[in-house]
Amino acid sequence: MAQGQMVPGIVSGRLSSDELTSNFTDLHPPLAPHEAAVAADRCYFCYDAPCVTACPTDIDIPLFMRQIQAGQPEAAGETILAQNILGGMCARVCPTETLCEEACVRETAEGAPVEIGRLQRYATDSVMVAGDHPFDRAAPTGKSIAVVGAGPAGLACAHRLAMLGHDVVIHEGKPKPGGLNEYGIAAYKSTNDFAQAEVDWLMKIGGISIETGSVLGEGVSLDGLVENYDAVFLSIGLAGVNALRTQGADLDGVRHAVEFISDVRQASDLGHLPVGRNVVVIGGGMTAVDAAVKSKLLGAEHVTIAYRRDRDAMGASRYEQDLAASHGVKIMTNVQPVTVHGNGAAAEIELEYTASHDGQLSGTGEKIRVPADQVLKAIGQTLEGAPEGLALDGNKIAVDEAGRTSLSGVWAGGDCASGGEDLTVTAVAEGRDAAMDIHASLTA
Amino acid sequence: MADLKTNFLGIESPNPYWLASAPPTDKEYNVRRAFEAGWGGVVWKTLGSEGPPVVNVNGPRYGAIYGADRRLLGLNNIELITDRPLEVNLEEMARVKADYPDRALIASIMVPCEEEAWKAILPRVEETGADGIELNFGCPHGMSERGMGSAVGQVPEYIEMVTRWCKKYYDRPVIVKLTPNITDVRKPAAAARNGGADAVSLINTINSITNVNLDTFSPEPSIDGKGSHGGYCGPAVKPIALSMVSEIARAEATHGMPISGIGGVTTWRDAAEFMALGCGNVQVCTAAMTYGFKIIDELTAGLSKWMDEKGFKDVSEVVGLAVPNVTDWQYLNLNYVAKAKIDQDQCIKCGRCYAACEDTSHQAISMSEDRVFEVMDDECVACNLCVDVCPVDGCISMEPMSAGEVDPRTGLEVQPGYANWTTHPNNPMAKAAE
Repeated sequence: MAQGQMVPGIVSGRLSSDELTSNFTDLHPPLAPHEAAVAADRCYFCYDAPCVTACPTDIDIPLFMRQIQAGQPEAAGETILAQNILGGMCARVCPTETLCEEACVRETAEGAPVEIGRLQRYATDSVMVAGDHPFDRAAPTGKSIAVVGAGPAGLACAHRLAMLGHDVVIHEGKPKPGGLNEYGIAAYKSTNDFAQAEVDWLMKIGGISIETGSVLGEGVSLDGLVENYDAVFLSIGLAGVNALRTQGADLDGVRHAVEFISDVRQASDLGHLPVGRNVVVIGGGMTAVDAAVKSKLLGAEHVTIAYRRDRDAMGASRYEQDLAASHGVKIMTNVQPVTVHGNGAAAEIELEYTASHDGQLSGTGEKIRVPADQVLKAIGQTLEGAPEGLALDGNKIAVDEAGRTSLSGVWAGGDCASGGEDLTVTAVAEGRDAAMDIHASLTA
Repeated sequence: MADLKTNFLGIESPNPYWLASAPPTDKEYNVRRAFEAGWGGVVWKTLGSEGPPVVNVNGPRYGAIYGADRRLLGLNNIELITDRPLEVNLEEMARVKADYPDRALIASIMVPCEEEAWKAILPRVEETGADGIELNFGCPHGMSERGMGSAVGQVPEYIEMVTRWCKKYYDRPVIVKLTPNITDVRKPAAAARNGGADAVSLINTINSITNVNLDTFSPEPSIDGKGSHGGYCGPAVKPIALSMVSEIARAEATHGMPISGIGGVTTWRDAAEFMALGCGNVQVCTAAMTYGFKIIDELTAGLSKWMDEKGFKDVSEVVGLAVPNVTDWQYLNLNYVAKAKIDQDQCIKCGRCYAACEDTSHQAISMSEDRVFEVMDDECVACNLCVDVCPVDGCISMEPMSAGEVDPRTGLEVQPGYANWTTHPNNPMAKAAE
């Protein structure tokens, strides 16, 4: 029997297992073949298409649309995967509303873009379902490359290198590969263990081995990797989380949103996953929205996103904001946390309203208390564990256009590296492009 | 509300929409449903000679061509004439006509090319009270292999001969239905007129194979792995039908001859276009087979509304209005100069006009860094391809130039008045302008 939303504190089993199953199914169910044909037919096959320009991985979208129209979704899938080997995951998690679909001329024309994301999923799923891996390896080069981190950037880099004939060893600290595809990302966007299935499919190229539990700075060192391999690609993500400098931040019930999301992704039974009755998420990015929506789906009664700036400044797209709102999440803007109140465990959070003057944010003095038995901090991740000796750009590893770091023979990409938005699709592009540059330098 | 009452060859019907001779008019049940729905008339599915009726295949009779979202654009069929006994059809026709005296009921007939065969069937059709007959010289499949249908329609002498027999043995209007599977439709139409036909109806279906199954390599529709050409109809054939109708409407030998227009009539607009090109009424089949009889509500309401907007009181006022504007290429005004113009406010920057013009036409559209597409008047020949491929209706238009302006493409001044190829200096056969 489900406990219900009203039980105070952080408890599991608020909803029945049927409700949980229904809540965590696909946000957007896959398109059926006829739906896909109709949706793809809306593509105008633009000249020098704006959607391609908007895609960090330059997928030839009009071509794959035409291939769907012409009844060959697998060919469409190959068009996508040739540019973006994680095209399946990107189809699920890309903020298409700020990328290809925002650029679609039908968005201009009628406010309804071609559903590029869903069609990309239709096409890439066709390839996955067929089971074959459409890419072959080139003749062996005898070179071997170490990739650190099996997230989107590392996987994309490894795959491209393997395709070009190199051998790749991926060092991954976590028990499973996939990075944020596996441990981050909203569960309702990547169902049925898609992240692992995608990694398994990607590995079919051959020539890639993954060593899990292998942490840079613990078992392996950058110097050792540089010595033992022909090149090194760092894609270590942002392992650190920003601290919340607020009174009461050490109370029970206050935790990092990324850990909460990871718990949800890794839970074998969502019914055993505890969630508060009154959840407040601090932050305004995609992580905040994911954590808030997940809390709601797990059965929290009230979920509030508290963001210190105004709505336009939120990192989460308008689409994501609306998604949160449609799930009953309340979004408060221009409020900053002051104190978490509670006797041992969080019970309330005190927020202060803010105003912006000449770009400077400051509290107005007016405060409000919001019930909060669970506070999730989604105020950003930071680079942690970057090897000594690498030049940084701000708080990221400095790289040039080709992904080269300040150290010879060491490339970097993904969230840990400078440049580009912290998106799966950007990470894939950076991993792929670094692989091409590594290949060029090794075969020069 | 404009009155849609139509008088075609003295046959009255409440509107100009008849169901063409085809499966929808094969029996009493369907025809009663059609009349209840509001159709103005029917041409009953083609009758054959007395005796054992023809048989149809026992597999797919139809194949289709689709647009987006499986919108049916073209239909192909290999069905033959009625496969029910003549007696049954005649009894049903008589009953229906008696119950619906205000609707047109025409008998379509196809019997062998022998005078006796026509002499035998015509009095029996007359007894039903049918308002007229339509001679099926059009079906291109099956029956044509037996010397009927389009096999007759392709030989003007046969058309004239059979029409003459029909006028001899039958007192009511005779309509000759023409096949489009010929090179010059004016010849069979003239033959029909010479034989005394009261009208022609066209087009019947076009020889076609809709597609080929790429697993079995059988044409579709496939009967046990083999396919035979069928008759093509539906929206896709309308332009062919309009052209053939216009040829008959303006040819000296057939000008003024009543025409019943057939071929892809799907909405009121199609009907208005056929009528403007000289048709006294129209016949519909594929649209009804695709959507059912209820489309008659849109067909009638739409035509009536358009007539009101234009100030037409009677459908006869519409008939032939476009005929004087159909001409030969050689008489088109070569002094008319237009340029494409792109409305930047409506442009959605897809670049289709650019791709079409740059790759396949006259390189007359420029594209800027920020995707602004503009027509270069010094290259534009006003071919209209950009208009045709633009997904936004009304975004690109053809603006005529005024006399006295200089066409930047040719550097020549646009001349006033009219001048055509027959007087053009480049024409070796040119006659001096008078």
